[in-house]
Amino acid sequence: MDVICAGKRSITLKINGRERSLEVRPNEILLNMLRERFNLMGSKYGCGIGECGACTVLLNGRAVLSCQILAISVAGQEITTIEGISRGASHSSHAGTAPAGTLHPAGTLHPAGTLHPLQAAFIEEGAVQCGFCTPGMIISAKALLDKNPDPNNEQIKEAIRGNMCRCTGYTNIISAVKSAAKRMLKE
Amino acid sequence: MSEQYRIIGKRIGGLDEKDKVLGNVIFAEDYTLPGMLHARVFRSTRASALIKRLDLTRAKALDGVVCVLSAEDVPNNESVKNVVGQTTEVGLLEATNQVLARDRVRFYGEAIALVAAENLDIAEEALELIEIEYEDLPAIFDPLEARKPGAPKIHGDNNIISAWKIRKGDIEKGFAQADVIVEKSYRTPRQEHAHIEPESGVSWIDDMGVVNIRYAAQVIEHYRDVAAVLGLPDSRVRVIGTIIGGGFGGKEDITVEIFLGLLAWKSGRPVKLTYTREEMGFARHKRPPYYLHYKTGATKDGKLTAMEAKLVSDAGAYVYLSPWILIYSTVHATGPYFIPNVKVDANSVLTNNIMTSAFRGFGGMEVAFAYESQMDELARKLTMDPLEFRKKNFLKKGDETANFQTITSEALLPEAASKALAALGGKGKGSKHKKVGRGFACSWQSYGRMTYLHDTSNAWVNLEMDGSSVVRSGIPDLGGGQRESLRAIVAEILGLKLDEVHVISTDSQVTPPAGTVTATRALYMSGNAARLAAENVRKIILDQASAMVGVAPEKLKLKSKQVYLAENQAGPENQAKKLSLVEVIKSCAAQGKIPQSLATFKAPFTEPITTDLIRDPVFADFTFGAQAAEVEVDTETGEVKLLKYSTAYDIGQAINLNRVEGQMEGGAAQGIGFGLMEDYIEEEGIPLTWNLHEYLVPTSKDLPDIETVVLESRSGKGPFGAKGIGEPAITAAAPAVINAIRDAIGVRIYHVPATAERIFRALKGKREK
Ligand code: FES
Ligand code: FES
Repeated sequence: MDVICAGKRSITLKINGRERSLEVRPNEILLNMLRERFNLMGSKYGCGIGECGACTVLLNGRAVLSCQILAISVAGQEITTIEGISRGASHSSHAGTAPAGTLHPAGTLHPAGTLHPLQAAFIEEGAVQCGFCTPGMIISAKALLDKNPDPNNEQIKEAIRGNMCRCTGYTNIISAVKSAAKRMLKE
Repeated sequence: MSEQYRIIGKRIGGLDEKDKVLGNVIFAEDYTLPGMLHARVFRSTRASALIKRLDLTRAKALDGVVCVLSAEDVPNNESVKNVVGQTTEVGLLEATNQVLARDRVRFYGEAIALVAAENLDIAEEALELIEIEYEDLPAIFDPLEARKPGAPKIHGDNNIISAWKIRKGDIEKGFAQADVIVEKSYRTPRQEHAHIEPESGVSWIDDMGVVNIRYAAQVIEHYRDVAAVLGLPDSRVRVIGTIIGGGFGGKEDITVEIFLGLLAWKSGRPVKLTYTREEMGFARHKRPPYYLHYKTGATKDGKLTAMEAKLVSDAGAYVYLSPWILIYSTVHATGPYFIPNVKVDANSVLTNNIMTSAFRGFGGMEVAFAYESQMDELARKLTMDPLEFRKKNFLKKGDETANFQTITSEALLPEAASKALAALGGKGKGSKHKKVGRGFACSWQSYGRMTYLHDTSNAWVNLEMDGSSVVRSGIPDLGGGQRESLRAIVAEILGLKLDEVHVISTDSQVTPPAGTVTATRALYMSGNAARLAAENVRKIILDQASAMVGVAPEKLKLKSKQVYLAENQAGPENQAKKLSLVEVIKSCAAQGKIPQSLATFKAPFTEPITTDLIRDPVFADFTFGAQAAEVEVDTETGEVKLLKYSTAYDIGQAINLNRVEGQMEGGAAQGIGFGLMEDYIEEEGIPLTWNLHEYLVPTSKDLPDIETVVLESRSGKGPFGAKGIGEPAITAAAPAVINAIRDAIGVRIYHVPATAERIFRALKGKREK
């Protein structure tokens, strides 16, 4: 169990391209910091113990499990979440702003900027079912494509092996990563 | 396929998926409210014990703790009363599910107390301060033992909570006519749903005193259970469902909703409760493990003559849906085959194991593993091609099942099986220690609830003044695109674009009751309700237009927000011969004829089952299909590598082809996990596989590309002739893989999952013989 320690520390880091400064508790988990302090709800809590990949974010371009990282340890570094990869999409989420008792239709369509080719390909290839694994999956795929723009099936499988999806059989996810790679190579 | 439709049957990838790839969906856990407390559950660490002392004093005294509740704080401490459909032999089930354990715990992980605190760390700390003393009671973990008279009793005086039978023809005579008989025992495991989204929700009391619970709910009707526990009228509890991050039956039974209702009611503050991954692992129901004994006979020309099956399922410590799951197993026990003489005896038995209940496949897939293993062995004994053998026995439209239900839709089994096999392509070669083999399996699974439950679903559809449409339906979206199907259906019928239709779903006080997202009923039931409502609205519009232009309504067509004179719609020269939809809506409004409709769809109703003997129809219809696998088995280690996989189902009519394929692919993956790797282990009632590195589910590395073949007979009972696919998609996977392993190494695995260790032992046994 986490012990609550008093000594907060100020850190500065880059989140989705913007410089941010804040005070963090020494035991504050990066995932919680992103969700609770910045309202970046796209990174998901699926297990909190490093097993599911739903919390995957980019740390200096590398895919990491944000539930396994202390916020304090990423001071001065660069974090990218799902909210940061669509081009020109708004970084804010309005989760939690509806007053108690109002109708809150789940999954409202937000005005967003252009989709990242991976996001577009996930839609087209039918790689999305419940969508809970999707942000983490797309982040892992992005880390792969940034390093290896033309991966084969095995390399894609390796890149997303830590991202569990219980709704699909990964087949359409793999096709989506391939088709996004193709599109990005052409661009 | 589907040329006559603009939208139906196409690959619809749009509104829902866009939210998801952007990370914009507000899942249950993503919701917060000002002043919200965080809750945790205190759970039993004994499988069977009396609670001698429970002391909450220190927990309550902790700074930041707002509310600590135990059984005595719960107004009515029972949830889930009796289970409809239980019968004479074991008596009507008065379920004794406790919200919080009062004097006795019956399984490891049973909830005993609730804590709500200012933050999660404090709630965690408070759990540590709860003092408890137990006195162990005798316990029983083996359902076969638990059936015996002297076994320790879990509730009341009989551990057998459910008994169903089928009797058709003369079983003795049937076996006497058989030239070959295969008789074997099988076992299937407890399976963990392992949806990636944990059970989660937020509750609050609104300014009218209504208890609101926003959570990941497959059954929003649980607002009634919450109301019963709190002692409130049903109308004072509201469930707002969320887009669900996977459920598969895991979010079908009561999870967080009653705890959330209690804590908000007692504290007066908003409360969030999310299960930890470990808690999902040991505190929430699993798929029931089965013991199956099968005897099947056939003549030498390959006709099945008789089948006898004995089934025992482990219900765990509480009743939940075990009796229903067992009916499914009993009715589906024959597989999709016509067999003249059938005898099935099935029991569900209480033990001190974790309780079992709904999981995709719901009793249909456990028997599929056994009946398809039997069919494969029979074909071998007959030295017949396994598909040719099955073809001689497949159920067809018009045939009667073992419980005397006539199949009223197409059963494209020969097509599905041949196409699944063809989709595998050329066969691999293997090497000395790596043997390659192929297998397939066929299955059937009902869609829609049992007909004696008198299922209905409602939907409301309108046209706004600008010609766009709103749909209201209570149906939750489990992640399979249930909400999007309604959008597609209504858009198709009203001639609108998808983004001109908005669907409001899954809110018990806002949307018309549509029932559960379970039993592969969502599309069948709520799809039909939305279809009916949209057709009514279209009729209102066409009638009005008819009055306006003096052309019979049958000659009018509604499309792209215009009403056309049907025969003139094509040419630009006839542009004048159309009316704008908005004009018609205005005219309707002026006369008080509002273009809106609330429609009810009713499934066929049958009489309740009153005896243990099932001899009447139980289901509305069935989905049929097949899956095929090619495996490589390492004979030195027992490891299996899945090389190729295909799945083929007749889904009647696709609504959204992407989602159909998605369900088929995902169902296959989950069924492969069940057949090859997923094993939820308990020792003396103590779960040992709490999390995802102990309980292994398929990752991207474990699965090959899954080929999907979609067949459309348009003969289903759903909208546009659709059948359900959610559950059928999982049922044939395990036997397909096991039959492939048998083909590769000449050894059959009778106890899934076929782990490397089990295969290695089976191979060793064969070598020693
Ligand atoms: S939430 Fe981080 S790996 Fe599951
Ligand atoms: S889409 Fe549901 S977990 Fe991947």
